[in-house]
Amino acid sequence: MSEVFGIPIQAFLGQLLIGLINGSFYAILSLGLAVIFGLLNIINFTHGAQYMMGAFVAWMGLKYLGINYWAALLLSPLVVGLTGVVIERLCLRRLYQLDHLYGLLLTFGLALVVEGLFRQGYGISGLSYPVPKLLQGGENLGFMYLPIYRAWVVVASLVVCFGTWYVIERTKLGAYLRAGTENPRLLQAFGINVPVMVTLTYGFGVALAAFAGVLAAPIYQVNPVMGSNLVIVVFAVVVIGGMGSIFGSIVTGLGLGVVEGLTKVFYPEASAVVVFVIMALVLLVRPAGLFGREA
Amino acid sequence: MKRLVRVLGVLGTVLLAAAAWAGSGISDGVIRIGVLNDMSGTYSDLAGPGSVVAAKMAVEDFGGKVLGKPIEILSADHLNKPDVAANKAREWYDKDKVDAIVDLPTSSCALAVLEVAKQKNKITIVSTGASTRITNKNCSPTNVHWTYDTYALAVGTAKAIVAEGGDTWFFLTADYAFGHSLEKDTAEVVKASGGKVVGAVRHPFPSADFSSFLMQAQASKAKIIGLANAGADTTNAIKQAREFGITPNQTLAGLLVFLTDVHSLGLETAQGMQLTTGFYWDYNDETRAWSKRFNERHGRMPTMVQAGVYSSLMHYFKAVEKAGTDEATAVMKAMKAIPVNDMFAKNGWIRDDGRMVHDMYLVQVKSPSESKGEWDYYKVLRVIPGDEAFMPLEKSTCPLVKK
Amino acid sequence: MPARGNGRWLGGGLLLAAGLVAPYVVYPVFAMKVLCFALFACAFNLLLGYTGLLSFGHAAFLGSAGYVTAYTVKSLGFSPGLGLLAGTACAAVLGLVIGWLAIRRSGIYFAMITLGLAQVIYFLSLQLEFTGGEDGIQGVPRGVLFGVLPLDNPLVMYHFVLAVFLFGFWVVYRAIHSPFGQVLKAIRENEPRAVSLGYDVHRYKLLAFVLSATLAGLAGGTKSLVFQLASLTDVHWHTSGEVVLMTLLGGLGTEFGPVVGALLVVTLNNYLAGFGSWVTVITGAIFVVCVLAFRRGIVGEILAFARSRSAPKDP
Repeated sequence: MSEVFGIPIQAFLGQLLIGLINGSFYAILSLGLAVIFGLLNIINFTHGAQYMMGAFVAWMGLKYLGINYWAALLLSPLVVGLTGVVIERLCLRRLYQLDHLYGLLLTFGLALVVEGLFRQGYGISGLSYPVPKLLQGGENLGFMYLPIYRAWVVVASLVVCFGTWYVIERTKLGAYLRAGTENPRLLQAFGINVPVMVTLTYGFGVALAAFAGVLAAPIYQVNPVMGSNLVIVVFAVVVIGGMGSIFGSIVTGLGLGVVEGLTKVFYPEASAVVVFVIMALVLLVRPAGLFGREA
Repeated sequence: MKRLVRVLGVLGTVLLAAAAWAGSGISDGVIRIGVLNDMSGTYSDLAGPGSVVAAKMAVEDFGGKVLGKPIEILSADHLNKPDVAANKAREWYDKDKVDAIVDLPTSSCALAVLEVAKQKNKITIVSTGASTRITNKNCSPTNVHWTYDTYALAVGTAKAIVAEGGDTWFFLTADYAFGHSLEKDTAEVVKASGGKVVGAVRHPFPSADFSSFLMQAQASKAKIIGLANAGADTTNAIKQAREFGITPNQTLAGLLVFLTDVHSLGLETAQGMQLTTGFYWDYNDETRAWSKRFNERHGRMPTMVQAGVYSSLMHYFKAVEKAGTDEATAVMKAMKAIPVNDMFAKNGWIRDDGRMVHDMYLVQVKSPSESKGEWDYYKVLRVIPGDEAFMPLEKSTCPLVKK
Repeated sequence: MPARGNGRWLGGGLLLAAGLVAPYVVYPVFAMKVLCFALFACAFNLLLGYTGLLSFGHAAFLGSAGYVTAYTVKSLGFSPGLGLLAGTACAAVLGLVIGWLAIRRSGIYFAMITLGLAQVIYFLSLQLEFTGGEDGIQGVPRGVLFGVLPLDNPLVMYHFVLAVFLFGFWVVYRAIHSPFGQVLKAIRENEPRAVSLGYDVHRYKLLAFVLSATLAGLAGGTKSLVFQLASLTDVHWHTSGEVVLMTLLGGLGTEFGPVVGALLVVTLNNYLAGFGSWVTVITGAIFVVCVLAFRRGIVGEILAFARSRSAPKDP
């Protein structure tokens, strides 16, 4: 059998696929950040906590109310998205006329509050969420054993990502959103209720994070700090991609997942920093990011 | 806005006043024990508030008094920050006249407090801290390392597994000093027992996704995958090993796994795994009786380190009684002179390097059908005698050991 | 302006008096910790408060300087002064590299980039051999400063830390009130205008960044001597968040704000430590309250109050 860089081609393919799976988490999360940033000009530091909340709401639904995975996939983003709407109405709304940094600081504080509360309530060692019956087991692809659930994660996240992209880039609603990004006042003059649109957009971005959380629940331990390190990596993904384009953030997310996956094979010691190193390199070559416009 | 300023101003004054007040008016004639651990972070479930409960039980079981003087328990959260730990320890020893500090999770915090205690000639008893540095390079004449260390866990598990035919190993190692030393200690034992290490992969700490590393482990065709990591890393690795169909074809060996980890994973996922522990609640009548009382108060069965806190304090009180003083050197001498005999340990003894030597247990996680109820998780495969479980004294690099 | 000038002298006097009395009132190590963080926050404030750059990775400088100082003093046998110098120099170099990369973007991107690069430093600290990983570097001897001052004596150590702090504070003060500081403020208020006035904005930003990193390093090195250890805590991004909180709570862009903020946050951490996760919740809540209702911070509000008193007709 042939080899790629000294490892068997099958193993290589397997690792590529694994990278893609992880990349789809990055893609959904960075997409959510990009959507929020696009309209609100806020970097949502609470994103990691909201991803965690998504997983927790799914877990609580199963434990206390017997809500199954499929319902949770819909309900959990809805619930967490609603908390997002409340946050936007009560807090973020007051900051739009100020420096964007305040939005970052506020959401950072909120992330601490949310994580602290969950830690107080559920401890730190984490909770288990079972893989739904329909997606249990796996398929032997010859070059690797692929758990069906992982395949589902890729499919589901790609559908959601490209669905979002389609809505924003190809529909009327999306056109309003893009117009709101460019010139909210003018849009308001056209009779569009911009404040409501902003609220809903934030809710939607948050719901995306929660959706990723539900997807993650059966794979990782549901744990109050599961999102806190992830969010930093996703920030780097966003810097690399540049936040100008929705499509860019999806592609960058997937691509970096693959790159990180391959690093885990060839130089596992560096796999935690590879995204940040790439970020530094991109900044040297293209400060605006791969898909970004210089603001 | 102005009112807010005023309120915050008052708050600040109160805080400062509280700070000043805390520094004065300490009576002696009291035995004070400080439980310093992690109340909110990584170790809060396996030690945390449960260790405080265990300490309080020790005080009650001893009658609340030593040498006619009352015993008091203080507790604080070191947030896993060594500077906070060291600061609190100094304050406790200097201002609050604390006589002994116990528990001490997180190696960096434990080592920091040890340094302080060494300077001040005060007692420390480490229960949750795992590093072998505590009884080697950084050993202290006034410290006892009570419950376990990384060496004991790794060695006990590795020896037994190789003896049963698990002779090829692949390591999944957390890429920092702790993981490295766990891997090294285990690999040595595997080789010495006639096994072979076929490979290792070092994953960043912390990691959430282990699929890539697990596939490398799978490709190695090793019979045993040794998990040289801890906490969430271990539980995530175990969970994903099951997902990728690696278990039960290959067996996992957890080198640092606690009862709470198994509890959080569930038996379905964790079943079949072998590990070493210093205490199991369902071992005999004595452990059951004590653990039942603990469970009634804390709502969870005790981990080995919580049981260790109880045991170490009972022993400490006995030693104070024997020494007739709470002066550290005399107490330590008494602690080393009396054998440890309680529900936690039989004929345990404390070596010159501060290691408390006692039997450890090799256990296997039950399958869901074997388990008869909540917390019925382990079956004890083997009792590892203390002399075999811990690093031999000849190998210790502790300067206090006379060779 | 005379009222403000008086206020400044008053503030400085109070600060000095508090600094001199502190070790006799509160626990000296606690007071030293406050001073270290106060210096750290002042350094940070130079960047955020006066240049408008939010670095979310300042822990990298605090922590790496701590490691270098601890390592050189403990393992290479440097004197404490020399070790401190080595640590500070290391932070300066690191500041140059990170700053050079980060100033390519501004605003939120700048914050995210500094956070990302600081994360690299964190992982390096975890993996490199000399840092001792999770164990950290322990038992660092305080030694004898300049061959005469025994730092093992708590009071001597305290006064040394106080001197370091005052030096750092003075540097920040001088920087703010120099033409250099005026340019920084101009950049903060309106960067394009500063560019059009012919200032090399990038150079000024980088200079401010390096200066801030260096002082943060000085604080970190001092801290490692105070606690006689260096550990991962100081490079963790939580510490970066904490210094933002200190500055924000005390008052952005005020000279004494960071000091007040550091005092409050360190006190909070120390005396609420028994409350478990509530500390995190409270910290987060303070952040939220500060941002929503209280953006000037404590000192900022007091100054605004004093100003409204002295000039009641001012709109």
